[in-house]
Amino acid sequence: MLRDITLGQYYPVDSPVHRLDPRTKILMTVGFVVAVFLVTELWGYLVVLAFLALAIYLSRLPIKMMLRSIRPLRILLIFTFVLNLFFGAGGRELLRWGFVVIRDEGLNNAVHFSLRLVFLVVGSSILTLTTAPVTLTDGIEKLASPLKRIGFPAHEMAMMMTIALRFIPTLTEEADKIMKAQTARGADFTSGNLKQRATAMIPLLVPLFVSAFRRAGDLAMAMEARCYHGGEGRTRLHVLKFGAADFSALAAVGLLIFLTVLQRRVM
Amino acid sequence: MAGPFHLQLDHVTYQYEQGGKTAVKDMSLAIPRGQFVALLGHNGSGKSTVAKLLNGLFTPTVGTVQVSGMDTADPKFVWEIRRRAGMVFQNPDNQIVATQVRDDVAFGLENIGVPSAEMPERIERALSDVNMLEFADRAPHLLSGGQKQRIAIAGILAMEPEALILDEATAMLDPSGRKDVLETVRRLNTEKQITVVWITHFMQEATQADRVIVMHEGSAVMDGTPREVFAQADMIRGYRLDVPPMTKLAETLRSRGIALSGDILSVDDMIGEVRRLAHRA
Repeated sequence: MLRDITLGQYYPVDSPVHRLDPRTKILMTVGFVVAVFLVTELWGYLVVLAFLALAIYLSRLPIKMMLRSIRPLRILLIFTFVLNLFFGAGGRELLRWGFVVIRDEGLNNAVHFSLRLVFLVVGSSILTLTTAPVTLTDGIEKLASPLKRIGFPAHEMAMMMTIALRFIPTLTEEADKIMKAQTARGADFTSGNLKQRATAMIPLLVPLFVSAFRRAGDLAMAMEARCYHGGEGRTRLHVLKFGAADFSALAAVGLLIFLTVLQRRVM
Repeated sequence: MAGPFHLQLDHVTYQYEQGGKTAVKDMSLAIPRGQFVALLGHNGSGKSTVAKLLNGLFTPTVGTVQVSGMDTADPKFVWEIRRRAGMVFQNPDNQIVATQVRDDVAFGLENIGVPSAEMPERIERALSDVNMLEFADRAPHLLSGGQKQRIAIAGILAMEPEALILDEATAMLDPSGRKDVLETVRRLNTEKQITVVWITHFMQEATQADRVIVMHEGSAVMDGTPREVFAQADMIRGYRLDVPPMTKLAETLRSRGIALSGDILSVDDMIGEVRRLAHRA
């Protein structure tokens, strides 16, 4: 049952967006988030929407997939909308029905916050859908490497992420095995209240942790045997390189931020 | 700088910690270049410790260990020794670092600072040496145990080593995986003159070696060709080890009054011996 966990949500097709340098995509996502928060007018969202639509089109991701990324959010989205709608305090009264009062500021906030939420989730899922997890890790390492000077362990962090990604399927498989072994001996993981179920997880977690530590020890030994000695003097198989596409993509995000800033000035 | 022997232990004692268990006791051993050595011993005999002493993962408490004349206790040789004497461990899952076969083979090359432009060719050569080239873009966790061990071997081969140390590398594999890995290593040994230290508790595998060393309580107690060593079945049993299945069968037949000679190791030996007897009859 645990086997169905997919590693990240990478959607492997060949597209201009997939081919972009991971650093470009990370910076674009950050830029996009900034732009979304800069928008104050409803028509400003049209610019953001146009940018997003272009990105989705270029990345050859199915629209269905994008909509699916919003699904886990639907409850939060409804809450955000409803709470803002009913509890907006200021502004003109639009509608009064019994004790329910809807004012224009509430409506305004409700629409704003919901749109922002949708844009943020869809925008950032383009990053994870078009970038393989390991490539993403490489990008983070490279982007964070200037911080090494102030003692930020960029290489170590990236190495940890890579190893975590590598061991997710292994440990998942192991958890599945332990679970089956415990079930065979009468353990019950699926019924009872929350507390009972949490207690039932202990005999699963203890052996899993013990084994994870043993694996970590083995792996450290194997890495040392293969001459691993940290990030210093290390070369990479995949060298990240900025191309013309990366510069135009970054320019596009720059334009988006410029337009959203302009939008604030105009109003 | 290079001594007459490739891998050399000189009166080595290794203690896990001050006052702790002594895993290796005053052991001396010299392995010439290109030799295929099987190192046998029951659990706790110190064979795994010897493996880790040979590439500087452990340094001796007393005595010296040399790889191509370089002392493993000298910090300036550590990475060169580990590059030259590659090591494959028992659990295939716990030695693969990357999420793609190609990236994992690259790991050692990245560590020793090989230029990026040189890597693809070395990786492909190493993968084809272990017949795993077609799996270059696969995820390692979807491969079989034997395939994973061959990937681990490729990761070492890419670094162009002179010796391969396999610490029970076949212990967790199924019979076909074991055969695959042993054949691969045997071939690398003959084709590339790579020195092999093959640590195992499968006696059948040891019969393939040029030389068998039996360890018991931290010392080498038997040393010779497989025929010489396995001919002394009683002595081997005394060290809590077994003899290869065909040797055991020959022994049983001999005890029933069939005059088989004493140095049968393989099925072929057995067939030859039975034919010889049949001719005489």
